[in-house]
Amino acid sequence: MTYFIVQSLNGLFSAALLFLIASGLTLAFGVMRIVNIAHGSFYMLGVYVAYSVAARTSSLLAGALLAVLIVGAVGFLMQRLFLRRFASQPLPQMMMTMGFALFFRDAALMIWGGDPFTLATPRWLAGSMETGAIVFPWYRLFVIAVAALVGVGLWLINERTLIGARVRATVDDPEIAAATGINVTRLSGGVFAVGAALAAFGGVMGGPILGGYAGMDFDLLPLAFVVVIVGGMGSLKGALIGAIVVGMIDNFGKALVPELSYFTLFAPMVLMLALKPTGFYGRA
Amino acid sequence: MAGRNVSRPWRLPLVILLASFLLVGPPFLSAYWVGLLTQVVILGILAMSLDLLIGYTGLPSLGHAGFFGVAAYGVGVLSTTYHAGLWTSVAGGFAIGTGLAALFGLIVSHVRDVYFLMITMALGMVLWGLSFRWIPVTGGDNGISGIPRLETLLGLPASGPIPYYYVTLAVFVLCSALMTMLVKSPFGLTLQGIREHEPRMRSLGFNTWLHGYVSYVCAGAFASIAGIMWAYYNGFVSPTYLDLTASSELFLMVTLGGPATLVGPVIGAGAIVILKNVISAYTARWLLILGIVYIVTILWAPQGLWNLGRERRS
Amino acid sequence: MSAVRPVAVLLVVIGSATFIGAQTSEPPPIKIGFMVPLSGGNAQNGRDILNGFMMYLDEIGYRAGGRRIDLIVEDDEAIPAVGLTKARKLIERDEVHVMAGALLSSTGYALAPYITSMKIPMVYPVVSADDLTQRRRSDWIVRTGWSGSQPNHAFGEYAYRTLGIRSVVTIALDYAFGWESVGGFERTFVAGGGRIQQKLWVPLSVHDFAPYLAQIPRDVDAVYALLLGRSALQFMRQYQEFGLKRRVKLIGGGTTTDEHVLPFMGDEALGTITALHYSAALDTPANKAFAETYRTRYKKVPSYYSESMYTGGKWLIAAINAIDGRVEDRQSLIDALKRVKPDGLPRGPVTLDEYGNPVENVYIRRVDRVNGQLQNTVIDTFPNVSQFWKYAPADYLREPLYAR
Repeated sequence: MTYFIVQSLNGLFSAALLFLIASGLTLAFGVMRIVNIAHGSFYMLGVYVAYSVAARTSSLLAGALLAVLIVGAVGFLMQRLFLRRFASQPLPQMMMTMGFALFFRDAALMIWGGDPFTLATPRWLAGSMETGAIVFPWYRLFVIAVAALVGVGLWLINERTLIGARVRATVDDPEIAAATGINVTRLSGGVFAVGAALAAFGGVMGGPILGGYAGMDFDLLPLAFVVVIVGGMGSLKGALIGAIVVGMIDNFGKALVPELSYFTLFAPMVLMLALKPTGFYGRA
Repeated sequence: MAGRNVSRPWRLPLVILLASFLLVGPPFLSAYWVGLLTQVVILGILAMSLDLLIGYTGLPSLGHAGFFGVAAYGVGVLSTTYHAGLWTSVAGGFAIGTGLAALFGLIVSHVRDVYFLMITMALGMVLWGLSFRWIPVTGGDNGISGIPRLETLLGLPASGPIPYYYVTLAVFVLCSALMTMLVKSPFGLTLQGIREHEPRMRSLGFNTWLHGYVSYVCAGAFASIAGIMWAYYNGFVSPTYLDLTASSELFLMVTLGGPATLVGPVIGAGAIVILKNVISAYTARWLLILGIVYIVTILWAPQGLWNLGRERRS
Repeated sequence: MSAVRPVAVLLVVIGSATFIGAQTSEPPPIKIGFMVPLSGGNAQNGRDILNGFMMYLDEIGYRAGGRRIDLIVEDDEAIPAVGLTKARKLIERDEVHVMAGALLSSTGYALAPYITSMKIPMVYPVVSADDLTQRRRSDWIVRTGWSGSQPNHAFGEYAYRTLGIRSVVTIALDYAFGWESVGGFERTFVAGGGRIQQKLWVPLSVHDFAPYLAQIPRDVDAVYALLLGRSALQFMRQYQEFGLKRRVKLIGGGTTTDEHVLPFMGDEALGTITALHYSAALDTPANKAFAETYRTRYKKVPSYYSESMYTGGKWLIAAINAIDGRVEDRQSLIDALKRVKPDGLPRGPVTLDEYGNPVENVYIRRVDRVNGQLQNTVIDTFPNVSQFWKYAPADYLREPLYAR
């Protein structure tokens, strides 16, 4: 029983991080049909920037803030200056993101070196909750709460604000949306930037537990894609459900069938694509 | 046909130049360069096979290195664990690679575009996981080494860099001829029709699912041939033959070189192999430079190098 | 008379000039081909190995056997096929006289047949796959590092006898290095009377250990962890997070607390006991000098990667000097490599066994904080440990390789 509870809680923790990373990816696809191979790079840059900031200020919050702003800006520029030129050509766009992924990877190695690191857990969150036999770290619970808040925030923006309506309209049909006067180009840049910022935020949130290391960009990317596929490309609700499904399967799979640990992630993805390619909530 | 050449007259002379170089250059080059050219030729076969999918059928596969690797593993396992002879290992590798394509094709042929991309990526990762985990057969992360060198082929000596290069070149010429015939055949034209506008093809009565499936299996078959050559060239097999990095690099070779041309992907393969090796000899920052080269090339030639000058396809 | 003198002087001058010229004309340099990952996830470890080597070459002024040394470095990207291509470039194009390097065991295995076929000596400073100096050894490859199970044989005995541990849960990376380390530990630990309660294997891509940590029972005596790089860092952090640190003793393979990750850990690593053939905190004159110089030059503590090719470099140069720099004679060079016994090595005394693997000290280390910094304090030493432990090679080789 203890075991089941701890694994479920950890499944939610994994889901929290996965949601933060995948939400940006799914939005980028929904609005711009971009398959962003450099999305893992945003996650990586987020935690690296936070590391540099935390080294000077010892504040995780400052690190998170600056990471979000800087990586968001990088994403915005990447979309505006480079990706936008191929607005209706998914293949060149994807290839360009591949080029950027390589560039970011080596640039990070050049700037920060290849040593791994973890961020310091904020003191007020150190330690674990211990009720009976169940031990679960406070920080992980915190991440679950924060991701839930972000999720609610995104949902509110998406459903209740004008910008959200515009985004939804563009996801539905970019041509008609443009015809109704929505500035699709500016919206795209903004969405891409927000997606990058969310991924960076995910990186910072994971920082105290998972840290940062050379090669993390390509490690995270397949995970993000699995969530987006299972949940449905372009759907925030899908990103949430997908994250929970994937997080749970991954945690329980690793615990119950460790021999198949390399497959526990990709099996749901292949199944979904074979049966319902658009995922739980995606639209064709 | 004539009209195409007139508008881009540089293509034919360039092909002739490169072909001549590939044919008669090697005896004058050092063993190292012959080795690099052998790699270019083998990866050229692999890139052309992916072009069948990406360029001609419009199916972007991000897991194509999977068949390349599986066929190589076939050769590796048969020739070392079972001490099989050359033709048995080759036939076995080919059968395993193509058979797997026939199997996977059943799962992937109903999706298109980004979903095809994702499912092929996922299947590629499954194969990679398998190569890592199925230790008794694949040797896990250490792979399988000790694949015997090719000594003679059909009575002719085939060991040594230059003879093996010419064996590879012969296989390359054969595969290119077959693939060219395939894409120019009615079947190939149908594939291109599917790429352009699938609903229209369906309404014309074509079974687009079947065409996609056959295209996938053919691509897998040619990829297997490349995998077999690669296994003999290196003398070992490793999970790195079929991981995501390998499939991504292959994807870039095709898209940078110019999809739907067959020649373009070969040039893409050549450019990337030579660039990587030349740049890395001078600087540790070669990955950064390569990333920049990709970005610049896409900006300047979004349809790929070999399609430069062609009117933009929508 | 008048004509003879100028001619005689001229002849003497020309003769002397030729004689002097012959004495001071520089012999062609010794070319060493060196290959490690310098990009991607293993870049830092590769760089450490290279730094150790360059530091030694600097100490001797890049000269040996009366000749200048040319070091040609290539990046093998941690991909075996690339390693083979770069090896071909170094050997066939750059015409190096001797090779050194490689980090991953997969590269080590992939290169061996080629190195053997080219009959060129190669030094493996780090590759630790057991079988490379056992069943699949090559006459042309000398290992100056270690084999994965080597320190763990000693450690299993130590854990039982000295630490009094009776039951262990192992958690290790799921590949050959993990199997061989755990296998070595298990063999001697169980032979002593201990019990391995459970073996947890984590995929190389793991970053969240929670599913595994939750399976560790509270009543086991110790957890043996075999990890390296960022996974070691993440594990340490999470081991404490889940409250295991104060309940269950943590021991492990040397790479788990090696200096390539130790400086980035915090108090969560204190008290961890591991075994390896090196520690940067080893208190010998040779190591103190090495560590000080390394620290000053590279601004970080040397890891076992750094020490690996410093010692490897000393070994290589000792062999070159032993044959007076005649590296063109590859057979003499490889024979010399197997024969020399350089001293003053940072890790202590090392000799090679007939299989080309070092016989060296194994240090039991404990993580302490000294002068504000974490270090691997050496708390015990096992001298002259061979890859076969105390078994006769023939008996040892009858058993299969350690597997999952």
